[in-house]
Amino acid sequence: MSFSLNVNGASHDVDVEAETPLLWVLRDTIGLTGTKYGCGIAQCGACTVHVDGVAVKSCNVSAASVAGKTITTIEGLSPDGSHKVQKAWVENTVPQCGYCQSGQIMSAAALLATTPAPTDREIDAAMAGNICRCGTYPAIRKAIHDAAAMG
Amino acid sequence: MNEMTLSRRSFIRTAVTAGGGMILGFVIPGVPKVLAEGVLPEAWKDPAGGAEINAWLTIDKNSIVTVRCPHTEMGQGALTSVAMMVAEELNVPWANIRTVLADANRHVTQGEVYVNMSTGGSNLVRNRHPHIMQAGASARERLREAAAKKWKVTRDEVKAEQGVLTAGSNTGTYGEFAADAAKVKLDAEPSIKAYGDWWLVGTSVPRIDVAPKVDGSAIYPIDVRLEGMVYAAVRACPVPGGVLKSFNFDAIKDRPGVIAAVELKQVKEKLANADLRSAIAVVADSFYRAKTALDLMPVEWDFGAGVQYSTEGMDAAARDLLGKPAEHFEAVRGDPLPLLEAAGDKVVVGDYYRPYECHATMCPPTAVAHVQTTGPLAPRVDLWTFTQNVAAALLVAADQSGIDPQNCYVHGTFQGGGFGNGNGVDVPRQAVEISKQVGRPVKVIWTREEDTTQARTRPPIWSRGITTLGDDGLPTAMLIRAVGEEKNPAYADRGNLNHPYMVANFRYERGVVPTNIPIGPNRAPGNNSNAYGLEQYIDEVALAGGWDPLDWRIKMTEGNERWQRVLLKMKEVCGFTTDLPKGRGMGVAVVESHGSTVGACVTVEVSRRGALFIEKVQIISNSGYVLNPRNAEEQVSGCVAWELSHVLYGGLRVQGGRIQNVNFDNYKLMRLPDMPVVETIYANSEDQWWGGFGETACPPTPPALANAIFFATGKRVRSTPIIQHDLSWS
Ligand code: FES
Ligand code: FES
Repeated sequence: MSFSLNVNGASHDVDVEAETPLLWVLRDTIGLTGTKYGCGIAQCGACTVHVDGVAVKSCNVSAASVAGKTITTIEGLSPDGSHKVQKAWVENTVPQCGYCQSGQIMSAAALLATTPAPTDREIDAAMAGNICRCGTYPAIRKAIHDAAAMG
Repeated sequence: MNEMTLSRRSFIRTAVTAGGGMILGFVIPGVPKVLAEGVLPEAWKDPAGGAEINAWLTIDKNSIVTVRCPHTEMGQGALTSVAMMVAEELNVPWANIRTVLADANRHVTQGEVYVNMSTGGSNLVRNRHPHIMQAGASARERLREAAAKKWKVTRDEVKAEQGVLTAGSNTGTYGEFAADAAKVKLDAEPSIKAYGDWWLVGTSVPRIDVAPKVDGSAIYPIDVRLEGMVYAAVRACPVPGGVLKSFNFDAIKDRPGVIAAVELKQVKEKLANADLRSAIAVVADSFYRAKTALDLMPVEWDFGAGVQYSTEGMDAAARDLLGKPAEHFEAVRGDPLPLLEAAGDKVVVGDYYRPYECHATMCPPTAVAHVQTTGPLAPRVDLWTFTQNVAAALLVAADQSGIDPQNCYVHGTFQGGGFGNGNGVDVPRQAVEISKQVGRPVKVIWTREEDTTQARTRPPIWSRGITTLGDDGLPTAMLIRAVGEEKNPAYADRGNLNHPYMVANFRYERGVVPTNIPIGPNRAPGNNSNAYGLEQYIDEVALAGGWDPLDWRIKMTEGNERWQRVLLKMKEVCGFTTDLPKGRGMGVAVVESHGSTVGACVTVEVSRRGALFIEKVQIISNSGYVLNPRNAEEQVSGCVAWELSHVLYGGLRVQGGRIQNVNFDNYKLMRLPDMPVVETIYANSEDQWWGGFGETACPPTPPALANAIFFATGKRVRSTPIIQHDLSWS
């Protein structure tokens, strides 16, 4: 099935089976590999992107279902790594292996967009869907507070 | 020109962060034909241009030093650690340092110039620092020698400090002398600096590889894309040891994008690291199509003898063995058996168990291979793979392809975790074989389910302690009997056989249960699970004799400087007490592994209904010295999360010879809301040795937690996962 996807401000025509998860269309068809595969069953959050500004697990939505919506991946979060979440991530050297961090950053950015000064409880709720096997959680929490403080 | 051209300088993207930077090949967003490669085909050729002083580094005209890191960066900070050690000896400002991943082909074909490219066992700083620092020292001396010649002074008169050479009124930068230094031959290699005589080592340096990990540009094997590349989904026999009987490709061959099915034959009966196991692959033009077709393809397996094994069966067999003298034993000191017999039932007995656990690296095992047997570049193999040793992966590629190692290239990428699994999976061999058979570049991705099913798990451990006490409440005779599994029973010994507690009569015994599940190293192998039994048992023995568990450990390790330092520091700073109101508890444990002695002090709160809250985990570490405290503390946090995942929620279950819980819906891992506060406290001996840091905080955390739960609830949690236990109290 052919349709077009609006990703990071650009339109991409794709031709894939209707049920193909957005994750694989982003990675294999469009070539945006910043969005990661970790589990394929909506458990780890490595594949998190924004659909119309909301954090969504791209392994768990079909690409066809988000045609016409605005999709943002880690590559499109900022032109040059200057989003406040990215800056706070660098300052706190959050990533270890880094593999989960695209998803972590997208979840954190979506949280701050609606909740500019989140409490620890709000951070817990927003970030519980993202696993980090390297255990960077304390740094993630601190970086979110730091990003919030950047205003 | 072949798609895989050897020179892709234009693809190199440089990310420079304040105070150091890193260079790794990579993506050019927006250029249509750009395929994310992670290639630096000739890593030793400094992309910035510059003189190669030795295989380890180049210096350009502006005194920018590019350090080639032979070790895998899998989140533990290899790039930063290697660069720090080189910069320390070279005496160059950290801001001048860049890093690249060193080239495996050069290592293999040029007499192992990097000495050893394997990355594991916490060896990087601990055991490889002499030759890594030597590379920096050697370069520094050659710069001094080059300046001495030019200025007609002796080398002793030339100072090399912070990237500048001076002698009297003469002065010049490293960059100015780099080309001359490259030609200098030293009569004798300099020795490295004395322990502690450092300006950079021991300071907190932010990791050098962070920038590309926050914008999606860091390349892992799963991100490598080559022109003409196809994708393969694989399935090895879900019952390890079984083989493929048949498959029906006709049933799926007309599905969209499907190209081929490839059978991977197991040639060796006994599998070592990365040997192919019997498997079937479906190749398609996208991973999702390959995976979907594989799921739909009728496949028949001969499961073999493995089907008889289950968690329950192994557990029953192991518990039976715990009650019997084992044939394998070590009479470590004296003979406890007559004393234990005479004590009758006046003995302290404790049984413990921890199950299989898997690595579950966030990036599942993946490899991209391009085997060329025809064409202008043939014969040649290019490989990007999950590994903890690119040189070993290169030899695997050569072996599987039949192509001379000289013509095999394993390109470095970041790794999405390693934890010991990187050398034990056959994904690189699968990729090479499939590429050879289909004649195109291929990317093999293991689904999470395949990863958990096929990974070499951490072995289970059962143990029992039997001890009799003297009038002072201290042990006079102790027997530790462990039961391991048959693939590598020696894992059961670690920490159980060689614990430091000086009991006058001590004997260790080991029994073995059979299994078909493959095992391998997993972050602090052996110690990680064994300590759960031993360090809980020590608490039981101490309490039975009326001793405070921390004082007991201090008493029983008298004269052991490394342990005393940790234990006394713990006593000084952690506020450990057994005197807390019920519902609150503190627990301690200490384990020596990978050259470091590390204690944990855990504080918990358990509600009457049994809800557990971990308030704080304090890690007290003696690693001799610390290379980079900031990175060390990040590793400690990682270790704590790692082991808490397993003891709280983990445990792989085996039924019919296969792992039952294979994805994160039923193999649960620690998530952010449950992460406790972690503090790192140093108790370093600073005495001519360096211990590991990337895994050493793992082993003591679980038993300290279990000991804390005991004080809070009166309940001893003898097995994991802890969530299966009722912790309620009244
Ligand atoms: S890959 Fe989508 S949640 Fe794990
Ligand atoms: S940084 Fe490695 S999984 Fe999160």
